[in-house]
Amino acid sequence: MIQPFRTQIGGLVERWNAIRFTFDGRALIGFKGDTLASALLANGIFLVGRSVKYHRPRGILAAGSEEPNALVRIVRGHGRDTPNLRATQIEIYEGLAAVSQNNFPSLAFDLGAIARLGEKFLLAGFYYKTFMPSLVAWKKLFEPAIRHAAGLGRAPIGEDPDQYANRYAHCDVLIIGAGPAGLAAARAAAATGVRVILCDEQAQMGGSLLADSDTDIEGRPARDWVASLLRDLYRHENIILLPRTTAFGYYADNFVALAERRTDHQSASSYPRERLWQVRAKEVVLATGAIERPLVFPNNDRPGIMLADAARVYLNRYAVRPGTTAIVLAAHDSGYRAALDLHAAGIPIALIADPRETTYNPWVQRAQKAGIRVAAGTEPVNTFGHLRVHTLQTRHGASGTIETHHADLILMAGGWTPTVHLFSQSRGRLRFDEQLGAHVPDISVQRERSAGACRGLFDLNATLEDGHRAGAEAATTSGAASWSHATIPTTIIPIMTGTAALPITGRHAFVDFQNDVTISDIQLALREGFRSVEHVKRYTATGMATDQGKLSNVNTLAVMAQATNRAVADLGLTSFRPPYTPVTFGTLAGLSRGALFDPIRTTPLHTQEAAEGAMFENIGAWKRARYFPKPGEDLHTAVIRECRTVRETVGLFDASTLGKIDVSGPDAALFLDRLYATPLRNLSPGKSRYSIMLTEAGFVMDDGIVARLSETNFHVTTTTGGAARVLAHMEDYLQTEWPWMQVWLTSITEQFAVIALQGPRARDVLQPFLNAIDLASLPHMGVRDFRLCGIPVRLFRVSFTGEIGFEINIPADDGPIVWAQLREAVAGQGGCAYGMETMHVLRAEKGFFIVGQETDGTVIPDDLGFGALGHAKLDFVGKRSLALPHMRAPGRLRLVGLLTEDGTTKLEEGAQITAEARPPPGTKSLGHVTSSYTSAALGRPIALALLANGRTRIGETLNIPMPTGSVVVHVVSPVFIDPEGTRAYG
Amino acid sequence: MLLIHCPYCGERPEIEFRHKGEAHIVRPENPAVSSDIEWTEFLYFRHNPKGPHAERWYHTHGCGRFFNAQRDTGTDRFLKTYRTDETP
Repeated sequence: MIQPFRTQIGGLVERWNAIRFTFDGRALIGFKGDTLASALLANGIFLVGRSVKYHRPRGILAAGSEEPNALVRIVRGHGRDTPNLRATQIEIYEGLAAVSQNNFPSLAFDLGAIARLGEKFLLAGFYYKTFMPSLVAWKKLFEPAIRHAAGLGRAPIGEDPDQYANRYAHCDVLIIGAGPAGLAAARAAAATGVRVILCDEQAQMGGSLLADSDTDIEGRPARDWVASLLRDLYRHENIILLPRTTAFGYYADNFVALAERRTDHQSASSYPRERLWQVRAKEVVLATGAIERPLVFPNNDRPGIMLADAARVYLNRYAVRPGTTAIVLAAHDSGYRAALDLHAAGIPIALIADPRETTYNPWVQRAQKAGIRVAAGTEPVNTFGHLRVHTLQTRHGASGTIETHHADLILMAGGWTPTVHLFSQSRGRLRFDEQLGAHVPDISVQRERSAGACRGLFDLNATLEDGHRAGAEAATTSGAASWSHATIPTTIIPIMTGTAALPITGRHAFVDFQNDVTISDIQLALREGFRSVEHVKRYTATGMATDQGKLSNVNTLAVMAQATNRAVADLGLTSFRPPYTPVTFGTLAGLSRGALFDPIRTTPLHTQEAAEGAMFENIGAWKRARYFPKPGEDLHTAVIRECRTVRETVGLFDASTLGKIDVSGPDAALFLDRLYATPLRNLSPGKSRYSIMLTEAGFVMDDGIVARLSETNFHVTTTTGGAARVLAHMEDYLQTEWPWMQVWLTSITEQFAVIALQGPRARDVLQPFLNAIDLASLPHMGVRDFRLCGIPVRLFRVSFTGEIGFEINIPADDGPIVWAQLREAVAGQGGCAYGMETMHVLRAEKGFFIVGQETDGTVIPDDLGFGALGHAKLDFVGKRSLALPHMRAPGRLRLVGLLTEDGTTKLEEGAQITAEARPPPGTKSLGHVTSSYTSAALGRPIALALLANGRTRIGETLNIPMPTGSVVVHVVSPVFIDPEGTRAYG
Repeated sequence: MLLIHCPYCGERPEIEFRHKGEAHIVRPENPAVSSDIEWTEFLYFRHNPKGPHAERWYHTHGCGRFFNAQRDTGTDRFLKTYRTDETP
């Protein structure tokens, strides 16, 4: 198979290494080193896509990451398919399968192109004006239809099977871009011995030098200079070279994110596909180069119309002739350089049309000496050719003469835009340079410096020296000893200037290729009153495509400036935002997916509970046993059985998730007494107390058991969700309000497995394990250290069910042994294991509130029936707030019990309470249901609620209006069983 | 991601820290004698300047210490950090 547009000699591709690939199913051959774009061009394929709005045929415009048109889908099967990849950045590999986008049924014959017939109606703001007035029609009719027709590419189906890596790195100097400036900077920085990272988005480092055909640097051809410099750099131990790596985001304090593509250029690989580098650099050198600008003229988007320097890259680097006859539109001298290179390779140059009135210029002379016709003061006015351009019309500005020329390659040299994206992301301030016609870095905010073309230097000598200076300076600032100035001699002709202000008119003159924005769209936006560049951008969508306006931003400004008679410098510039080029979700997610997306916490008893058949639920990050169904049981029947078993015999419950804090020190008692509303100073060693913690604003924040183990040592429990919050709260007061207190706080949550043993037979289960001690001597709320099965345990006699209860704190690793022993003993007493659901029902039957369920950050102790709490204490956190007038005002929501009149309806948690059965709209709710369960003990549903003036309403009948009708409820005490609390003391 | 200089640990990434509100607000020695106005001002009233601002930070995923910082809220730059027993 031949590649008709491949040159016979030259280039950096490996001619001995043929690669088979397909495009839209067509089998093709390229060489190793080709991008998909260069390989397609070598095969004479110029038409690669359709535009997103008008479905106009589009070809390859650029040679780098700025490419707006040649977006393709790479097919690797199912979850590996990737849409919207730039053909200019895809390295071909054996078996590569690429598919064009935005066309149906085929690229050459696209039905969607009928949108072109109605394109008058698709001007800027079309969607807003046409569809938005009727929102219903928009939602139901237009949006689905438009969504079907619009959009870029197709998202892959199925899970991504690839792996993605993540790496944190620190370095002294990070150099972004390995063109002439970046390489010179890297050499200078690496020589000082500091740690350097050099990254470049391309597969090969060298940047513009890779497309150089005739320059010598330090006495050797540019490409050889690059190769030998890279060999030297690879030998340095203090430099990391990262090709195929895009610096896509520049964040605060020199934190730069890089995306390294590791396997996309290979047929198959077992390595992670991409790697995210999170680099913290002492100094950053931006050597990001510049991007050539297209010219804006009617029908400037036909396949065959290309950036001039891109054609040069395809020819010199990839050994591809991008056309058979070329015309160069040279608004900048670089157009001449491209023309001369193409001419030397045997591609006839029909014309160089230079819109500038050129007087003397060595480039013009060189072109004319080569026999190329140069037409000064001449601008393009139109092109023709459906799937490929074949004709160009020009007009001589002074005489108005229209000429027609024929060529299948039209090159645009519109000047260069420094790539200031990362500089701008670093919050650096830009300045508009009139001479360059572009923005350049002005004031740095972070520790970075720009070097070379990205700060407007287009002369190779100057760029190399600028790079050297930047690299050496950055190294010195970051800690290296000193540096010396260097001269890097080259043979390039130094004059490279000039962009003419083009008259900008005409329909189908595209400013933004990817989003199909024309001059007319921008002019329309201006006519309709949009003035700010940010508004014009959003109204027309210019610069908002996936290329983020790399080619269009400056031209947009030029159009606006001309239309409004303002200077470009006064228009400002839209913000550059990360990422520089699109980054895959895989790179950003890294290993944080699947089971690793959100860490799971399991208790030390998890395996035992799973073996018991537990159904688990998520409580924060914890997995907790919700219930333990026996065969044939559902949630309801299992919970009824578990509840009954605990009330009648005994139950076993995993309470390990409770937060636990060890509070030690001479001032521990005083400290806790001040932090909890509950008095704790007078607590005797060996005793514990149920305690409530308030915020300084007086609202209930947490509760738990405070146990005094000795004069100076307390074991405090918190709610499961409050563990970290309570510790931080304690640390806050200890460190910042009472730093003189001698107290030490240690989280011991994970040190203990906690088994709750609850029920009238709890003592019978536990006693046989404690042969030396009589459990009857441990009173309610007593705490002792014991040995159980030879394991030291801390035993609390506490009850969250209203029954006799123990909570056994076991060293975490020994938890399973003790669980197994107790489980057997519990079974011997006719008991069972119970879960979260049963725990909730049992505590609700006793009217015990749960922080976060009965409280919501507005509830004070009095609302929960703890009005006298801490009265005798002089001060505690939250006390003063409880005395504020609004805390004592009538109408507060108080905790009450609710019983439905019918005795069978279970209320919905969150349901509102009203006096009337059918309250008119606007009726203020009297309160709401906070907990609702079916009580096994009462044989009926019960509920807890917060109700305005609730305690005085006990005995009243109220309503819970629901969609299916009102439910009549009686207000009762929140304590449904054993109101005297005798059972727990037995 | 910002680098924050913990006075105890040195420079650490932002994600290790929690912001804990305005600094140098002292809890009254004897809250009982504070008037309702004084107390609610202590509870709820905070400065919200554009520019330098004294803040509390908590090195929650590090040493666990509270410390103070001067940060410019306009530029999001830390001007200095200091221990709670130091004056700015």
